[in-house]
Amino acid sequence: MQTPAPTDYVRATSVSHAISLLEEHGEESRILAGGHSLLPMMKLRIARPEMLIDINELDELRGIRVDGDELVLGAMVTHREVLESPVLFEHYAIFRECEKVIADPLVRNRGTVGGSMCQADPSEDLSAVGSALRGSVVIQGASGTRTVPLREFHEGPYETQVEPAEIMTEVRFPIRPGAGSAYEKVERRVGDWPVCSAGVYVVVSDGLVTDCGIGLTAVSAEHFCAPAAEAFLIGKAPTEDNLRSAAQLAADAADPSSDQRGPADYKKHLANELTYRALVRAAAASQGA
Amino acid sequence: MQVSMNINGEPVTADIEARKLLVHFIREDAGLRGTHWGCDTSNCGTCTVWVDGEAVKSCTVLAAQAGGHEVRTVEGLEGADGLDPVQQGFIECHGLQCGFCTPGMLMTARWLLDQNPNPTKDEIREAISGQICRCTGYKNIVDAIHWAAEHPRTNEVTA
Repeated sequence: MQTPAPTDYVRATSVSHAISLLEEHGEESRILAGGHSLLPMMKLRIARPEMLIDINELDELRGIRVDGDELVLGAMVTHREVLESPVLFEHYAIFRECEKVIADPLVRNRGTVGGSMCQADPSEDLSAVGSALRGSVVIQGASGTRTVPLREFHEGPYETQVEPAEIMTEVRFPIRPGAGSAYEKVERRVGDWPVCSAGVYVVVSDGLVTDCGIGLTAVSAEHFCAPAAEAFLIGKAPTEDNLRSAAQLAADAADPSSDQRGPADYKKHLANELTYRALVRAAAASQGA
Repeated sequence: MQVSMNINGEPVTADIEARKLLVHFIREDAGLRGTHWGCDTSNCGTCTVWVDGEAVKSCTVLAAQAGGHEVRTVEGLEGADGLDPVQQGFIECHGLQCGFCTPGMLMTARWLLDQNPNPTKDEIREAISGQICRCTGYKNIVDAIHWAAEHPRTNEVTA
Protein backbone atom coordinates (compact mmCIF):
# COMPACT_ATOMS: atom_id res chain seq x y z
CA MET A 1 0.00 0.00 0.00
CA GLN A 2 1.32 3.39 -0.97
CA THR A 3 0.16 6.29 1.13
CA PRO A 4 1.66 9.70 1.81
CA ALA A 5 3.50 10.38 5.06
CA PRO A 6 1.47 12.23 7.71
CA THR A 7 0.83 15.81 6.70
CA ASP A 8 -1.51 18.68 7.45
CA TYR A 9 -3.95 20.24 5.04
CA VAL A 10 -5.42 23.70 4.67
CA ARG A 11 -7.50 25.32 1.95
CA ALA A 12 -6.43 28.68 0.63
CA THR A 13 -9.25 31.16 0.06
CA SER A 14 -7.28 33.51 -2.23
CA VAL A 15 -3.83 33.74 -3.82
CA SER A 16 -2.68 36.20 -1.16
CA HIS A 17 -3.99 33.82 1.53
CA ALA A 18 -1.99 30.99 -0.07
CA ILE A 19 1.14 33.14 0.01
CA SER A 20 0.64 34.06 3.65
CA LEU A 21 0.13 30.37 4.48
CA LEU A 22 3.39 29.55 2.66
CA GLU A 23 5.17 32.21 4.72
CA GLU A 24 3.60 30.99 7.93
CA HIS A 25 4.46 27.31 7.42
CA GLY A 26 7.85 27.75 5.79
CA GLU A 27 9.80 25.49 3.48
CA GLU A 28 8.08 22.29 4.57
CA SER A 29 4.77 23.48 3.13
CA ARG A 30 3.76 22.85 -0.47
CA ILE A 31 1.05 24.11 -2.80
CA LEU A 32 -1.39 21.33 -3.75
CA ALA A 33 -2.86 21.91 -7.22
CA GLY A 34 -4.32 18.94 -9.12
CA GLY A 35 -2.13 16.65 -7.04
CA HIS A 36 -1.34 14.33 -9.93
CA SER A 37 2.40 14.91 -9.63
CA LEU A 38 2.71 15.79 -5.94
CA LEU A 39 0.62 12.96 -4.46
CA PRO A 40 2.53 10.23 -6.37
CA MET A 41 5.80 11.85 -5.19
CA MET A 42 4.44 11.88 -1.63
CA LYS A 43 3.45 8.22 -1.83
CA LEU A 44 7.03 7.39 -2.81
CA ARG A 45 8.23 9.67 0.05
CA ILE A 46 10.30 11.61 -2.47
CA ALA A 47 8.24 14.60 -1.37
CA ARG A 48 7.37 14.90 2.32
CA PRO A 49 5.69 18.24 2.93
CA GLU A 50 4.35 18.84 6.42
CA MET A 51 1.61 21.18 5.25
CA LEU A 52 -0.40 21.04 2.03
CA ILE A 53 -1.99 24.29 0.89
CA ASP A 54 -4.87 23.39 -1.44
CA ILE A 55 -5.53 25.97 -4.15
CA ASN A 56 -8.28 24.03 -5.98
CA GLU A 57 -11.00 26.38 -4.77
CA LEU A 58 -9.32 29.48 -6.25
CA ASP A 59 -11.36 30.50 -9.29
CA GLU A 60 -8.96 33.41 -9.84
CA LEU A 61 -6.39 30.84 -11.03
CA ARG A 62 -8.72 29.27 -13.61
CA GLY A 63 -9.64 30.22 -17.13
CA ILE A 64 -8.04 30.65 -20.55
CA ARG A 65 -8.18 34.12 -22.10
CA VAL A 66 -6.66 36.42 -24.67
CA ASP A 67 -4.96 39.48 -23.20
CA GLY A 68 -3.79 41.81 -25.98
CA ASP A 69 -1.32 39.80 -28.05
CA GLU A 70 -0.91 37.03 -25.49
CA LEU A 71 -2.74 33.83 -24.58
CA VAL A 72 -3.11 33.55 -20.82
CA LEU A 73 -3.67 30.28 -18.97
CA GLY A 74 -4.44 30.38 -15.25
CA ALA A 75 -2.21 28.06 -13.24
CA MET A 76 -5.21 25.86 -12.31
CA VAL A 77 -6.33 25.30 -15.91
CA THR A 78 -6.58 21.52 -16.36
CA HIS A 79 -4.93 19.51 -19.12
CA ARG A 80 -8.40 18.71 -20.42
CA GLU A 81 -9.26 22.41 -20.69
CA VAL A 82 -6.10 22.99 -22.72
CA LEU A 83 -6.92 20.01 -24.96
CA GLU A 84 -10.45 21.23 -25.64
CA SER A 85 -9.81 25.00 -25.83
CA PRO A 86 -10.92 26.46 -29.19
CA VAL A 87 -8.93 29.67 -28.70
CA LEU A 88 -5.66 27.85 -27.98
CA PHE A 89 -6.20 25.58 -30.99
CA GLU A 90 -7.00 28.55 -33.21
CA HIS A 91 -3.55 30.03 -32.55
CA TYR A 92 -1.45 26.92 -31.92
CA ALA A 93 -2.33 23.35 -32.91
CA ILE A 94 0.61 22.29 -30.72
CA PHE A 95 -1.52 22.62 -27.57
CA ARG A 96 -4.07 20.05 -28.72
CA GLU A 97 -1.45 17.74 -30.25
CA CYS A 98 0.60 17.78 -27.05
CA GLU A 99 -2.27 17.40 -24.60
CA LYS A 100 -3.73 14.51 -26.58
CA VAL A 101 -0.66 12.46 -25.64
CA ILE A 102 -0.29 13.58 -22.00
CA ALA A 103 -1.35 10.82 -19.60
CA ASP A 104 -5.01 9.75 -20.05
CA PRO A 105 -8.44 11.43 -19.98
CA LEU A 106 -8.94 10.88 -16.25
CA VAL A 107 -5.57 12.32 -15.28
CA ARG A 108 -6.18 15.22 -17.68
CA ASN A 109 -9.44 15.96 -15.85
CA ARG A 110 -7.55 16.72 -12.68
CA GLY A 111 -3.92 17.57 -13.51
CA THR A 112 -3.14 21.25 -14.05
CA VAL A 113 -0.85 23.38 -16.20
CA GLY A 114 0.67 25.12 -13.18
CA GLY A 115 1.19 21.86 -11.34
CA SER A 116 2.94 20.27 -14.31
CA MET A 117 5.14 23.31 -14.88
CA CYS A 118 6.12 23.64 -11.21
CA GLN A 119 6.76 19.92 -10.84
CA ALA A 120 9.37 20.52 -13.58
CA ASP A 121 9.83 16.88 -14.45
CA PRO A 122 12.69 16.65 -16.99
CA SER A 123 10.30 14.69 -19.25
CA GLU A 124 7.34 17.08 -18.98
CA ASP A 125 5.66 17.55 -22.37
CA LEU A 126 4.25 20.99 -21.54
CA SER A 127 7.77 22.25 -20.79
CA ALA A 128 8.76 21.55 -24.41
CA VAL A 129 5.69 23.45 -25.61
CA GLY A 130 6.37 26.35 -23.24
CA SER A 131 9.99 26.68 -24.35
CA ALA A 132 9.17 26.26 -28.04
CA LEU A 133 6.59 29.05 -27.89
CA ARG A 134 8.84 31.23 -25.66
CA GLY A 135 6.12 31.51 -23.06
CA SER A 136 6.51 33.11 -19.67
CA VAL A 137 5.16 32.49 -16.22
CA VAL A 138 3.83 34.96 -13.69
CA ILE A 139 5.01 34.27 -10.15
CA GLN A 140 3.46 35.99 -7.16
CA GLY A 141 4.91 36.51 -3.69
CA ALA A 142 4.26 38.79 -0.75
CA SER A 143 6.17 41.63 -2.40
CA GLY A 144 4.33 41.46 -5.71
CA THR A 145 4.49 39.65 -9.03
CA ARG A 146 7.30 38.98 -11.46
CA THR A 147 7.34 37.50 -14.94
CA VAL A 148 9.94 34.88 -15.86
CA PRO A 149 10.56 33.60 -19.40
CA LEU A 150 10.07 29.84 -19.57
CA ARG A 151 13.54 29.57 -21.12
CA GLU A 152 14.90 30.78 -17.77
CA PHE A 153 12.32 29.13 -15.52
CA HIS A 154 13.98 25.75 -14.92
CA GLU A 155 17.07 25.57 -12.74
CA GLY A 156 17.38 21.81 -13.13
CA PRO A 157 15.26 18.68 -12.83
CA TYR A 158 12.35 19.39 -10.46
CA GLU A 159 13.76 22.85 -9.70
CA THR A 160 12.27 26.14 -10.82
CA GLN A 161 12.53 29.82 -10.08
CA VAL A 162 9.44 29.67 -7.86
CA GLU A 163 10.71 30.48 -4.37
CA PRO A 164 9.34 28.72 -1.25
CA ALA A 165 6.90 31.55 -0.40
CA GLU A 166 5.78 32.14 -3.99
CA ILE A 167 3.08 30.73 -6.24
CA MET A 168 2.79 30.54 -10.01
CA THR A 169 -0.42 32.23 -11.08
CA GLU A 170 -0.34 32.31 -14.90
CA VAL A 171 1.40 31.03 -18.00
CA ARG A 172 1.46 33.42 -20.96
CA PHE A 173 2.20 32.76 -24.63
CA PRO A 174 2.72 35.35 -27.37
CA ILE A 175 0.27 35.14 -30.27
CA ARG A 176 2.06 34.98 -33.62
CA PRO A 177 -0.19 35.56 -36.64
CA GLY A 178 0.52 33.07 -39.40
CA ALA A 179 2.40 30.61 -37.19
CA GLY A 180 2.07 26.88 -37.81
CA SER A 181 2.85 24.52 -34.95
CA ALA A 182 3.10 20.79 -34.30
CA TYR A 183 4.01 18.26 -31.61
CA GLU A 184 5.59 14.82 -32.07
CA LYS A 185 6.07 12.29 -29.27
CA VAL A 186 7.31 8.74 -28.94
CA GLU A 187 6.29 6.90 -25.79
CA ARG A 188 6.52 3.25 -24.79
CA ARG A 189 2.78 2.87 -24.27
CA VAL A 190 -0.30 5.10 -24.37
CA GLY A 191 -0.23 7.75 -21.65
CA ASP A 192 3.40 7.23 -20.66
CA TRP A 193 6.11 9.83 -20.27
CA PRO A 194 7.95 10.48 -23.56
CA VAL A 195 11.08 8.68 -24.67
CA CYS A 196 11.51 11.96 -26.53
CA SER A 197 9.15 14.69 -27.74
CA ALA A 198 9.65 17.67 -30.05
CA GLY A 199 7.35 20.66 -30.37
CA VAL A 200 7.82 23.54 -32.81
CA TYR A 201 6.24 26.62 -34.30
CA VAL A 202 7.26 28.13 -37.63
CA VAL A 203 6.26 31.37 -39.35
CA VAL A 204 6.85 31.30 -43.12
CA SER A 205 6.53 34.57 -44.98
CA ASP A 206 7.22 35.03 -48.72
CA GLY A 207 8.75 31.56 -48.78
CA LEU A 208 11.23 32.18 -45.96
CA VAL A 209 11.17 31.26 -42.27
CA THR A 210 10.89 34.56 -40.39
CA ASP A 211 10.36 33.15 -36.91
CA CYS A 212 10.48 29.74 -35.24
CA GLY A 213 10.81 27.97 -31.91
CA ILE A 214 11.95 24.42 -31.20
CA GLY A 215 11.28 22.63 -27.91
CA LEU A 216 12.52 19.20 -26.81
CA THR A 217 11.74 17.18 -23.71
CA ALA A 218 13.10 14.08 -21.98
CA VAL A 219 16.50 14.42 -23.66
CA SER A 220 18.20 16.95 -21.34
CA ALA A 221 18.18 19.83 -23.80
CA GLU A 222 19.09 22.94 -21.80
CA HIS A 223 15.88 24.83 -20.94
CA PHE A 224 13.98 22.37 -23.18
CA CYS A 225 14.97 24.27 -26.36
CA ALA A 226 17.33 24.20 -29.33
CA PRO A 227 18.48 27.78 -30.05
CA ALA A 228 21.16 26.91 -32.64
CA ALA A 229 18.61 25.08 -34.75
CA GLU A 230 16.23 28.04 -34.54
CA ALA A 231 18.95 30.52 -35.54
CA PHE A 232 19.92 28.33 -38.49
CA LEU A 233 16.38 28.33 -39.92
CA ILE A 234 15.70 32.07 -39.76
CA GLY A 235 15.83 33.61 -43.22
CA LYS A 236 15.98 30.24 -44.99
CA ALA A 237 13.38 28.52 -47.13
CA PRO A 238 11.67 25.58 -45.40
CA THR A 239 13.12 23.05 -47.85
CA GLU A 240 13.69 19.43 -46.93
CA ASP A 241 17.46 20.01 -46.76
CA ASN A 242 17.14 23.03 -44.47
CA LEU A 243 14.63 21.35 -42.17
CA ARG A 244 16.85 18.24 -42.01
CA SER A 245 19.85 20.41 -41.08
CA ALA A 246 17.86 22.23 -38.40
CA ALA A 247 16.66 18.90 -36.98
CA GLN A 248 20.27 17.70 -36.76
CA LEU A 249 21.20 20.88 -34.88
CA ALA A 250 18.26 20.28 -32.54
CA ALA A 251 19.52 16.76 -31.87
CA ASP A 252 22.93 18.27 -31.07
CA ALA A 253 21.23 20.27 -28.29
CA ALA A 254 20.05 17.02 -26.71
CA ASP A 255 22.21 15.24 -24.17
CA PRO A 256 20.12 12.22 -23.22
CA SER A 257 21.02 9.43 -20.82
CA SER A 258 20.39 5.75 -21.36
CA ASP A 259 17.69 4.46 -19.05
CA GLN A 260 14.64 2.17 -18.98
CA ARG A 261 13.04 4.28 -21.71
CA GLY A 262 15.84 3.63 -24.18
CA PRO A 263 19.50 4.04 -25.03
CA ALA A 264 20.98 7.50 -25.48
CA ASP A 265 21.72 7.13 -29.21
CA TYR A 266 18.12 6.10 -29.88
CA LYS A 267 16.83 9.17 -28.01
CA LYS A 268 19.22 11.36 -30.01
CA HIS A 269 17.86 9.82 -33.20
CA LEU A 270 14.33 10.57 -32.01
CA ALA A 271 15.19 14.20 -31.21
CA ASN A 272 16.37 14.58 -34.80
CA GLU A 273 13.54 12.74 -36.53
CA LEU A 274 10.69 14.12 -34.37
CA THR A 275 11.97 17.68 -34.77
CA TYR A 276 12.08 17.16 -38.53
CA ARG A 277 8.53 15.79 -38.69
CA ALA A 278 7.20 18.60 -36.51
CA LEU A 279 9.01 21.23 -38.62
CA VAL A 280 7.59 19.80 -41.86
CA ARG A 281 4.03 19.93 -40.55
CA ALA A 282 4.40 23.34 -38.88
CA ALA A 283 5.93 24.91 -41.99
CA ALA A 284 3.15 23.47 -44.15
CA ALA A 285 0.52 24.78 -41.72
CA SER A 286 2.07 28.24 -41.75
CA GLN A 287 1.85 28.25 -45.54
CA GLY A 288 -1.80 27.22 -45.40
CA ALA A 289 -1.18 23.72 -46.73
CA MET B 1 -9.56 16.56 10.56
CA GLN B 2 -13.30 16.52 9.96
CA VAL B 3 -14.29 15.96 6.32
CA SER B 4 -17.81 15.94 4.88
CA MET B 5 -18.90 15.23 1.35
CA ASN B 6 -21.95 13.97 -0.48
CA ILE B 7 -21.50 10.50 -1.94
CA ASN B 8 -24.26 9.45 -4.32
CA GLY B 9 -26.40 12.20 -2.79
CA GLU B 10 -25.91 11.03 0.82
CA PRO B 11 -23.89 13.14 3.27
CA VAL B 12 -20.87 11.35 4.76
CA THR B 13 -18.77 12.86 7.54
CA ALA B 14 -15.69 11.37 9.16
CA ASP B 15 -12.72 12.36 11.28
CA ILE B 16 -9.68 11.39 9.22
CA GLU B 17 -5.97 11.97 8.76
CA ALA B 18 -5.25 14.68 6.18
CA ARG B 19 -3.17 12.22 4.18
CA LYS B 20 -6.11 9.84 3.59
CA LEU B 21 -6.82 9.20 -0.08
CA LEU B 22 -10.34 9.55 -1.42
CA VAL B 23 -10.47 5.86 -2.43
CA HIS B 24 -9.90 4.82 1.18
CA PHE B 25 -12.46 7.33 2.49
CA ILE B 26 -15.06 5.88 0.13
CA ARG B 27 -14.28 2.28 1.08
CA GLU B 28 -13.55 2.60 4.79
CA ASP B 29 -15.46 5.63 6.04
CA ALA B 30 -18.45 5.57 3.70
CA GLY B 31 -18.42 1.75 3.60
CA LEU B 32 -18.89 1.67 -0.16
CA ARG B 33 -16.73 -1.22 -1.36
CA GLY B 34 -17.82 -1.05 -5.00
CA THR B 35 -14.97 1.34 -5.76
CA HIS B 36 -11.85 -0.81 -6.06
CA TRP B 37 -8.39 0.06 -4.86
CA GLY B 38 -5.81 -1.10 -7.37
CA CYS B 39 -2.36 0.06 -8.39
CA ASP B 40 -1.99 3.12 -6.13
CA THR B 41 -0.08 4.85 -8.95
CA SER B 42 -2.88 6.39 -11.08
CA ASN B 43 -2.26 3.84 -13.81
CA CYS B 44 -4.97 1.19 -13.52
CA GLY B 45 -8.10 3.33 -13.10
CA THR B 46 -10.18 0.83 -11.13
CA CYS B 47 -10.62 3.48 -8.40
CA THR B 48 -12.31 5.89 -10.84
CA VAL B 49 -15.19 7.89 -9.35
CA TRP B 50 -16.76 11.23 -10.16
CA VAL B 51 -16.00 14.44 -8.30
CA ASP B 52 -18.39 17.24 -9.27
CA GLY B 53 -19.28 15.36 -12.45
CA GLU B 54 -15.70 14.71 -13.60
CA ALA B 55 -14.27 11.19 -13.71
CA VAL B 56 -11.08 11.08 -11.63
CA LYS B 57 -8.75 8.49 -10.15
CA SER B 58 -9.60 8.50 -6.45
CA CYS B 59 -6.20 7.10 -5.44
CA THR B 60 -4.68 10.41 -6.52
CA VAL B 61 -7.08 12.77 -4.76
CA LEU B 62 -7.01 13.42 -1.02
CA ALA B 63 -10.31 12.85 0.74
CA ALA B 64 -9.84 16.32 2.21
CA GLN B 65 -9.83 17.78 -1.31
CA ALA B 66 -13.26 16.26 -1.96
CA GLY B 67 -14.66 17.84 1.22
CA GLY B 68 -17.78 19.83 0.40
CA HIS B 69 -17.98 18.31 -3.07
CA GLU B 70 -20.27 15.83 -4.81
CA VAL B 71 -18.86 12.33 -5.30
CA ARG B 72 -20.50 9.61 -7.34
CA THR B 73 -19.43 5.98 -7.17
CA VAL B 74 -20.47 2.81 -8.95
CA GLU B 75 -23.19 2.29 -6.32
CA GLY B 76 -24.78 5.49 -7.62
CA LEU B 77 -25.23 4.22 -11.18
CA GLU B 78 -28.37 2.16 -10.69
CA GLY B 79 -31.55 4.21 -10.90
CA ALA B 80 -35.15 3.66 -9.76
CA ASP B 81 -35.81 2.12 -13.16
CA GLY B 82 -33.05 -0.44 -12.83
CA LEU B 83 -29.44 -0.78 -13.92
CA ASP B 84 -27.68 1.96 -15.83
CA PRO B 85 -27.33 1.00 -19.51
CA VAL B 86 -23.56 0.73 -19.06
CA GLN B 87 -24.11 -1.88 -16.35
CA GLN B 88 -26.57 -3.73 -18.56
CA GLY B 89 -24.11 -3.48 -21.47
CA PHE B 90 -21.40 -5.24 -19.47
CA ILE B 91 -23.88 -8.06 -18.81
CA GLU B 92 -25.08 -8.27 -22.42
CA CYS B 93 -21.59 -8.22 -23.95
CA HIS B 94 -19.69 -10.19 -21.29
CA GLY B 95 -17.63 -7.07 -20.52
CA LEU B 96 -15.91 -8.57 -17.52
CA GLN B 97 -14.26 -11.74 -16.35
CA CYS B 98 -12.69 -11.26 -12.91
CA GLY B 99 -14.49 -7.91 -12.48
CA PHE B 100 -11.69 -6.07 -10.72
CA CYS B 101 -11.49 -3.25 -13.29
CA THR B 102 -15.26 -3.06 -13.80
CA PRO B 103 -16.30 -0.29 -11.35
CA GLY B 104 -13.78 2.10 -12.85
CA MET B 105 -14.71 1.09 -16.39
CA LEU B 106 -18.40 1.70 -15.63
CA MET B 107 -17.80 5.16 -14.15
CA THR B 108 -15.66 6.22 -17.10
CA ALA B 109 -18.19 4.77 -19.54
CA ARG B 110 -21.07 6.76 -18.01
CA TRP B 111 -18.89 9.90 -17.99
CA LEU B 112 -18.05 9.41 -21.66
CA LEU B 113 -21.63 8.77 -22.73
CA ASP B 114 -22.95 11.81 -20.86
CA GLN B 115 -20.63 13.99 -22.93
CA ASN B 116 -20.69 12.03 -26.14
CA PRO B 117 -23.82 9.85 -26.45
CA ASN B 118 -22.70 8.25 -29.73
CA PRO B 119 -18.96 7.62 -29.49
CA THR B 120 -17.05 5.68 -32.10
CA LYS B 121 -15.19 2.58 -30.95
CA ASP B 122 -11.95 4.58 -31.23
CA GLU B 123 -13.37 7.25 -28.95
CA ILE B 124 -14.41 4.57 -26.46
CA ARG B 125 -10.90 3.11 -26.55
CA GLU B 126 -9.40 6.51 -25.92
CA ALA B 127 -11.79 7.20 -23.03
CA ILE B 128 -10.70 4.01 -21.24
CA SER B 129 -7.02 4.41 -22.15
CA GLY B 130 -6.22 5.23 -18.51
CA GLN B 131 -7.64 1.93 -17.32
CA ILE B 132 -6.22 -1.54 -17.28
CA CYS B 133 -8.06 -4.83 -17.75
CA ARG B 134 -5.95 -7.97 -17.57
CA CYS B 135 -8.73 -10.40 -18.58
CA THR B 136 -10.80 -9.32 -21.54
CA GLY B 137 -8.37 -7.85 -24.03
CA TYR B 138 -10.75 -4.85 -23.96
CA LYS B 139 -12.85 -5.90 -26.96
CA ASN B 140 -15.88 -6.89 -24.91
CA ILE B 141 -15.57 -3.77 -22.77
CA VAL B 142 -15.64 -1.59 -25.87
CA ASP B 143 -18.61 -3.59 -27.17
CA ALA B 144 -20.39 -3.18 -23.81
CA ILE B 145 -19.99 0.60 -23.82
CA HIS B 146 -21.11 0.69 -27.45
CA TRP B 147 -24.17 -1.39 -26.49
CA ALA B 148 -24.98 1.15 -23.76
CA ALA B 149 -24.75 3.99 -26.27
CA GLU B 150 -27.29 2.20 -28.45
CA HIS B 151 -29.65 1.55 -25.52
CA PRO B 152 -29.92 4.86 -23.63
CA ARG B 153 -32.29 5.27 -20.74
CA THR B 154 -35.50 6.88 -21.96
CA ASN B 155 -35.31 9.59 -19.29
CA GLU B 156 -31.61 9.86 -18.57
CA VAL B 157 -30.89 11.29 -15.12
CA THR B 158 -27.33 11.49 -13.93
CA ALA B 159 -25.79 13.08 -10.89
